[in-house]
Amino acid sequence: MPLTNLTGIARSDGDPRVEQKGPSSMSSADRLARALGWFSIGLGITELVAPGRIARALGLDDKAGLIRAYGVRELASAIPTLSVDKPLGLAARIGGDALDLATLATGLHRDNPKRGNAAIAIALVAGITLLDILAYTGVKAVHRRDPHSGERDYSDRSGLPRGPQASRGLARGDFDIPPDYRAEGQTADAVPHLVA
Amino acid sequence: MKALVWHGKEDIRYDTVSDPSIENPRDAIIKVTSCAICGSDLHLFHNLIPAMLPGDIMGHETMGEVVEVGSAAKDSLKKGDRVVIPFTIQCGECDQCRRGNFSVCQRTNRKGGLGDKAFGHRTAGLFGYTHLTGGYPGGQAEYLRVPFADTTHIKVPDGIEDEKLLFLSDILPTGWQAAVQADIQPGDTVAVWGCGPVGQMTIRSAILLGAEQVIGIDHLPERLSMAAAAGAITINFEEESVVERLNELTGGEGPHKCIDAVGTESHVNLGQPDTLIDRAKQMLMVENDRPHVLREMIYVCRPAGVISIIGVYLGLVDKIPMGQAMNKGLTFRMAQAHVPRWTGDLLRRIEDGQIDPSFVITHKVDLSQGPEMYATFRDKADGCIKVMLQP
Repeated sequence: MPLTNLTGIARSDGDPRVEQKGPSSMSSADRLARALGWFSIGLGITELVAPGRIARALGLDDKAGLIRAYGVRELASAIPTLSVDKPLGLAARIGGDALDLATLATGLHRDNPKRGNAAIAIALVAGITLLDILAYTGVKAVHRRDPHSGERDYSDRSGLPRGPQASRGLARGDFDIPPDYRAEGQTADAVPHLVA
Repeated sequence: MKALVWHGKEDIRYDTVSDPSIENPRDAIIKVTSCAICGSDLHLFHNLIPAMLPGDIMGHETMGEVVEVGSAAKDSLKKGDRVVIPFTIQCGECDQCRRGNFSVCQRTNRKGGLGDKAFGHRTAGLFGYTHLTGGYPGGQAEYLRVPFADTTHIKVPDGIEDEKLLFLSDILPTGWQAAVQADIQPGDTVAVWGCGPVGQMTIRSAILLGAEQVIGIDHLPERLSMAAAAGAITINFEEESVVERLNELTGGEGPHKCIDAVGTESHVNLGQPDTLIDRAKQMLMVENDRPHVLREMIYVCRPAGVISIIGVYLGLVDKIPMGQAMNKGLTFRMAQAHVPRWTGDLLRRIEDGQIDPSFVITHKVDLSQGPEMYATFRDKADGCIKVMLQP
């Protein structure tokens, strides 16, 4: 556990240190989503930095500008994918996958000497699409609010043993708002000559 | 020992960690009997609060039994004492502590230099929170070292179950302070945004302080049903306009007192478009908070009214209508709760049967289930409002 060892330098001698990691709050779908988010960042930067090389490798020389735009799209979808709003980011990724597949399909024509590369890229994107769909359905299922949650009725939990009506103002008998928290004077008290 | 440990965004683990030890004569060690997950723990869970480090132990709502006492704390604590631990660590001696402003104690933040840079001036050390507030290990664990233990504890009597006492550590005094700093007077209409655990305690506090009309605002039916149980009028903001309904309930005048028990993570939905923009900005790290509630409170509050902010905000907020606030002459009060200032009085009210804070517990589980309960609480699944953990 190198990271927790490293952060140990910020702790004092009497602070507990991690000895063995245990079960996590993250589900496998959460982990997959996180991995896909980082993949988006890697791919997005690559598409931004070297769109021409990618285009030439796929035989899509005239689409370097489009690939760069796709790089921006990848980065934009990575942000929500890595946030707590993962389904939004994953949905954006699935939409992006469809665009990628459509673009790559234009490289499959017989005249493209790199159509083999385009076919391999299509297979890879199809695989990633499958992972995106798995992650999307996974996080939606794991983090969905139970539809019956709203049916829970806590109307018997007043927390006021004497009942709400009998409790109203109960504290006024022995508690005054402290002077440093008094914020509102009454005009009648402050300027009685004006309201007489 | 076992503890719930922060490893990164949404990654809380039930780890084995070394036992804490006394390192200062004012320290004490307690064996934790009960602890809880707080709404502000979710800000850490979501990695919205900076300066958390992998390996930090979570938790700031804790109670237990004293098992070891440092030499300088022996006058006020002894082995076997039953104590609730305030989430704020206070020295009891500095100028702020002497004024009762315990949450801004000047001495207990052991990383005060970070606090000075982040906030302008350091605030008190807090358990299980960011290193900006000292990075002290928290109490979602089997044992907790309590620094400044001679002044950082609430002794509680035997014979009252943990469920009724645990929340003296945070949400009960926090809700109480939210109501007190609103200067609630008999006859007031008090609107409380957010019916989570702190909002629920605020509603009960407002009732006890004599508010004539208390209004709870949320969108989750189970939370609204709990608010209504205490006599609050409820508004479901997904079903009706908050501003229109509040004006209707106050003859168009607006509530006298508006209390924000939501803070940084306002619910994001299409009906509140500003929350969508705030969320996008939050993702891009150009805004820290989603201050929808602040905007709504300022707009609807009665002129010369009071805005009380107890929900946690983290940093920079955008588009706050200060023009409305200034021209309406609103008073703003806000703070992390100065817990020990209120706990003596609140313990007496619990003993006297005026309030029973255990009403808020919806889930009581073993500490080992902590990681999954973080997700359940965050997702508001299974009717979850408050999780109590027992090692």
